Amino acid sequence: MNGTMNKTLEFALLANATCLSLSDVPTWPVADLVRATGDELDRGARLCAWFGVPDENGTEIVAVIAFDADNTLAVARSTPFRGEYPSLTATHPQAHLFEREVWEQHNLIPKGHPWLKPVRRGRNGAPANGEFFRVEGREIHEVAVGPVHAGIIEPGHFRFQCNGEEVLHLEIALGYQHRGIERALVSGPHLATMSQMETIAGDTTIGHATAHAMVLEALAGTEAPLRAQWLRAIALELERLANHTGDIGALAGDVAFLPTMSACGKIRGDFLNLTAMICGNRFGRGLVRPGGCRQDLEPARATALLEKLRASIKDVEEAMEWLWDANSVRSRFEGTGTVHTEQAAAMGLVGVAARASALVRDVRFDHPAGWHRFAQLPVAVWPGGDVAARAKVRCLEIQRSGTFLEEQLAAPPEGEIRTPLPGLAANSLAVALVEGWRGEICHVAVTGVGGRFQAYKITDPSFHNWTGLALALRGQAISDFPLCNKSFNLSYCGFDL
Amino acid sequence: MFAINTILHRVQRGCQTISYPAGPAPALPDRHGGALRVDGAKCADSCSACLPVCPTGAITRSAGSLVALDLGKCIFCAECVAACPTKAITQTGQHPMAVRRREDLVLGAPGAEELRLAAALDDKLRKLLGRSLKLRQVSAGGCNACEADTNVLGTIGWDLGRFGIQFVASPRHADGLLMTGPVTKNMELALKKTYDAVPAPKIVIAVGACAIAGGPFIGHEEHHNGVSAIVPVDLFIPGCPPHPLTILDGLLRLLGRL
Repeated sequence: MNGTMNKTLEFALLANATCLSLSDVPTWPVADLVRATGDELDRGARLCAWFGVPDENGTEIVAVIAFDADNTLAVARSTPFRGEYPSLTATHPQAHLFEREVWEQHNLIPKGHPWLKPVRRGRNGAPANGEFFRVEGREIHEVAVGPVHAGIIEPGHFRFQCNGEEVLHLEIALGYQHRGIERALVSGPHLATMSQMETIAGDTTIGHATAHAMVLEALAGTEAPLRAQWLRAIALELERLANHTGDIGALAGDVAFLPTMSACGKIRGDFLNLTAMICGNRFGRGLVRPGGCRQDLEPARATALLEKLRASIKDVEEAMEWLWDANSVRSRFEGTGTVHTEQAAAMGLVGVAARASALVRDVRFDHPAGWHRFAQLPVAVWPGGDVAARAKVRCLEIQRSGTFLEEQLAAPPEGEIRTPLPGLAANSLAVALVEGWRGEICHVAVTGVGGRFQAYKITDPSFHNWTGLALALRGQAISDFPLCNKSFNLSYCGFDL
Repeated sequence: MFAINTILHRVQRGCQTISYPAGPAPALPDRHGGALRVDGAKCADSCSACLPVCPTGAITRSAGSLVALDLGKCIFCAECVAACPTKAITQTGQHPMAVRRREDLVLGAPGAEELRLAAALDDKLRKLLGRSLKLRQVSAGGCNACEADTNVLGTIGWDLGRFGIQFVASPRHADGLLMTGPVTKNMELALKKTYDAVPAPKIVIAVGACAIAGGPFIGHEEHHNGVSAIVPVDLFIPGCPPHPLTILDGLLRLLGRL
């Protein structure tokens, strides 16, 4: 028993895209941090990030949690230590990958973690993922898929335990895409950092670049000019439109519904071309920079963009209508790959996958920062937790993003697009959340002397959600894996970093 | 009823595939900029304004020599274009960028101001391939942008199938590999196995800055700074990511179809 056991431990509160001095972040013995974090998760908080910051006395663990209903974030850390600590995962499974990651990176052992194995570490040219969970029995067979897949897709390994067609358990082993992004950020930001942030997950360039820019702006005690915040919000919705449209097409393709597949493949490109109208690059590379944006969306360009946007929205609405009109599609989507609300909440799912399991969570609404403080979108939620629900949430978001863009393009704020960034605060911590098209993107920076990064933690929504896919497959026919996988469409490189 | 609606849609829209290469190529976005041109001779003596703005170290200039810009390392941010006081580095607006030899991506010297675009495969290999090119795609640290803009070539707007080019689900069915990503150490074994499984003669195409030289992650110890470190490359297509038109142009050049 230690002295703080009965005291209420209070996290330091902060809003999205703001900064705290490290001296204001409460520091507790690690057992207290685990207990306090668990208590807050029990009260409905979510774990956004859990990571190690090494120093000469060991490693301290930093916990960042979100109180969605209160629109607030909270942070606390442990004193530096080495060796074992009581696992948070044992009572709160949403911490399971975070604790594996901290163990892999800093050798802090979460005692009681039920499945402690590497997250990304490689050995002999491939990630050594150790043992896979095995179901025993004479009728059981194991199916191994990947890392290289049949189409044009990133690499990852899927291990199914099957009884006939039925999947009893799926374990997902990633790490093949590991490029050392977080390691390279230590002592940064560097000259290449912004380009690396844009390619954490290349299909989420605007989302990750905006999160990083907001972290830097918070540390610098400044904000991007309003016009830049407006433009980032527009680019974020264009990114969502392109990816959601692509996903709807891919889902249609996986149930052999070719009209919507063909149409959406083309319309997705039309949305990418709208981003290219703004900055020249279909993925938005080079647009978001700390302190603002590099290109402006001048009135004539905005008018031309709006005209094309309207045509593309009309096209995609038509293609979505065919999809939901077809009995054959609905019967393949409904009841396939179900993740129940309780499971989604326990695993800390975010984004489309969470909202399709009836969880109301959307950073744009819960933790508005930047332009979303002035212009909100309704949260698209659907019950069911199946492929149909995940497709439905995307369709709703396509419509709402279209409406949002229509409104925003009509009312741009005047002014500068970029301001110089002052120096970064030393010995501070800044957090930025952005609702990317997959879900919550979380960037946390801890600075040391001179405002350089001592640690930088990136949590792509895929980090939370891959476990959701594994759960969706339980009791499902293995032949439905492609369909379930597309309905999540998670990032490999965003997870592997 | 979707059946009637979709048929009506097809009739109204007609063929949505671009007419290129028979017709004109679609225009690049006006802010894209296309390939770079580097006139080393235009550089002021001892000027090195472009060097410190390049995030990937693609530009070098040693004392007394001309500037050299390696378009294989370039991620096309165009910071150098803005920084150059003498307009020695300019954007051409041109989409063709694929080359056969790595050194053909280095710009700046007299006669090498622009890319030396790819020549076709030799006659023997082209005859062997006939009208078909089957590729296996391996992403080895790619960020899903090069992958996405390769994938888009299969949609109705581009219809890669009309050129006999297809992405296949097994290396055994493939004439070669289309590679993306810097080749992470965690993908090294998988890439080697996939390469070995492709029947000879085989070709390798490196798409994007990462696959050519490591891209934004150049120099990281977690990967190999490009495909050439592991397997020989026959075609380099620069970009971050390359525009689909640039990828298509590269594939068609390789097959002698342009």
